[in-house]
Amino acid sequence: MKLHRVIPTALAAAALLFSGVAAAQQPVKIGMSMPQTGSLGAGGKAALLALQMWVEDVNAKGGLLGRKVEFIAYDDQTNPALTPGIYTKLLDVDKVDLLIAPYGTVPTAPIMPLVKQRDLLLMGNFSFQVNRTVQHDKWFNNAPWNNAESWSAGFIGTGQKLGAKSIAFLAADQEFAQNLANGARELAKKAGLQTVYNQNYPPTTVDFSTMIRAIRAAKPDIVFVMSYPNDSVAIVRAVNEIGVGDSVKLFGGGMVGLQFTPIMESLGSSLNGIVNYNSWVPGIQYPGIEEFLKRYAKRAAEAKVDPLGFYLPPFNYAIGQMIEQAVTATKSLDHKVLADYIRKNEMKTIVGPIRYGPDGEWANPRVVQAQFRGVVDKNVEQFRDPKKFVVLYPDTFKTGDVIAPFEKARGK
Amino acid sequence: MFSFELLLEAILFGVLLGCFYAAVSIGLSVSFGLLDVPHVAHPAIMVFGAYCTYLLGTYGFDPIVAGIVLMPVFFLLGVGVYRFYYESFEKRGTEAGVRGLAFFFGIAFIIEVGLILVFGVDQRMVQAPYIGTSLSLFGYRIPYRLVVAFGVALVLTAALTVYFSKTFLGRAIKAVAQDEPALRLMGANPVRIKQWAFGIATGVSALAGAMLIIVGPVEPALDRLYIGRTFCVVVLAGLGSMTGTLAAGLILGIAESIVLTLFGASWAPAVAFGLLLIVLGIRPQGLFGR
Repeated sequence: MKLHRVIPTALAAAALLFSGVAAAQQPVKIGMSMPQTGSLGAGGKAALLALQMWVEDVNAKGGLLGRKVEFIAYDDQTNPALTPGIYTKLLDVDKVDLLIAPYGTVPTAPIMPLVKQRDLLLMGNFSFQVNRTVQHDKWFNNAPWNNAESWSAGFIGTGQKLGAKSIAFLAADQEFAQNLANGARELAKKAGLQTVYNQNYPPTTVDFSTMIRAIRAAKPDIVFVMSYPNDSVAIVRAVNEIGVGDSVKLFGGGMVGLQFTPIMESLGSSLNGIVNYNSWVPGIQYPGIEEFLKRYAKRAAEAKVDPLGFYLPPFNYAIGQMIEQAVTATKSLDHKVLADYIRKNEMKTIVGPIRYGPDGEWANPRVVQAQFRGVVDKNVEQFRDPKKFVVLYPDTFKTGDVIAPFEKARGK
Repeated sequence: MFSFELLLEAILFGVLLGCFYAAVSIGLSVSFGLLDVPHVAHPAIMVFGAYCTYLLGTYGFDPIVAGIVLMPVFFLLGVGVYRFYYESFEKRGTEAGVRGLAFFFGIAFIIEVGLILVFGVDQRMVQAPYIGTSLSLFGYRIPYRLVVAFGVALVLTAALTVYFSKTFLGRAIKAVAQDEPALRLMGANPVRIKQWAFGIATGVSALAGAMLIIVGPVEPALDRLYIGRTFCVVVLAGLGSMTGTLAAGLILGIAESIVLTLFGASWAPAVAFGLLLIVLGIRPQGLFGR
């Protein structure tokens, strides 16, 4: 072979080799937006810390497919208007390989058409029914619920066992609460409960005294509240000041925020008696969760975020675990391949094994309804005690019976 | 379901809510209403005041006392901010004044980001004997925190009304709002008077911030919720009228409360701007403007 033919061939081979090395060294980019400010900011920051912990863990083990994981997260300010732009940037400018949805229904809903149109895998992050109308086949939510019934059944069922005949609904006028409220109203109708008060309130509501008075005047047996963190605090305060009346057997259900440690600490004894949804509470055993929460607590103290992290952090770490399991098993970053794997296999996570239904939601939901009991003021550590959250539903995790009526449970 | 008792309660709570709206708007009534400064950072300064109240609360200060203690500090802050605004923007004419709008947006943004960096994004609340408890009156249970806001709004309105009508500096502030060149011809320095007035507006915002955290929990971005409402109250009142601000707050609070009770909460946000449109259509100078 003549030299002038050998040299270009050798150069081409070398270039190919080096480009291959370069590609192998390029990180696997995972991108998302996360509410780090605004009403979901407190939860979002804690969730982000858990995801960062997973990235550190997976990189310590050598990364994914032998490549380091690079995590890109932008603050969407809990503003749904910002998320489509952020995800377009993640895809077209940052060129991420995989996407995780922002925490919450409201910021997630606007990006669903984008991921459907581009046929992308999207790991959902505690949103509620955002895929119901979009029907995207590469959507997998980390939240322990599926349809509205999976969320409300425990609460309404508990009310029925107490002999409730009527119900009041108080719901924020936005995507999450309305999705939940519509399902809960249907369920209440099926259960033969009479709706005596039905109020949607705008997110700009400053004070809830007027609504709590109206609920008291309507004399319902159950009050189902679907609120966002700021509203939840204001509602609990108004209930504490004005009272909802002696007729009410059960109060709560879908109040976001009462799972966040700073809010629980601030509200203290005002929480007693409220029955509310949770993703996890102390006492529920999953392999690895206690160890994760211990590690998280140290990091949370440094990062000044939710010190206990029961609600979102384990489930966000689970997103990372699911990605890791799927990529390792399939040795691929192809979205279709990964989606097929997640759909067909049981995912092993620190929040228990997860199997997905055809809609990308949990096939076996595990929404916990627990009643706050014996909570005192100004004490964070008390919330590590399982006795503060008496689990009423589901039966597999049940730790006690509900105390009713609500005023009695509050110790008033 | 409508009942006369429910309507009475709606009016009662509307009065309390309206006084709270007046308390958080009265500082803006001075800075925007009297001085014509596009002070869009007013709610952010209030939120800053609320966080300072929270901070003093950790040292055992009662929120109202904390608000009063903060007033002179915020007064000085206001004097400094106005001086900077005047030298950088107002002195350079009307066009520069429009750029001043961006300046105040910038201040609001810096305050918001600064609060996030220092306190994080979690909600903050304060504890006091009058928070979370209620007063029983004729069978009604009225939250004490709203009674406190009611009292503070009345005291602030009365104090500022007396100050602007009975004191030399107060009358000078009103004069500078009406005819600045004339005041200059009288030998007074309008810039120093405006500086003083802006200091008062900012000092009042400290107490309003204390009200904010007494009435509900605060978070760094809370100012966005109040920009529309506070400007609405001030414009509805007629720019610069203190008693008008109280009256406009009351009208807004009562209207919101009645609409919420009788027609549903979703209509409540429309009340403020609906009222504003109607009033400006009939009386462009506002309800109490001249």
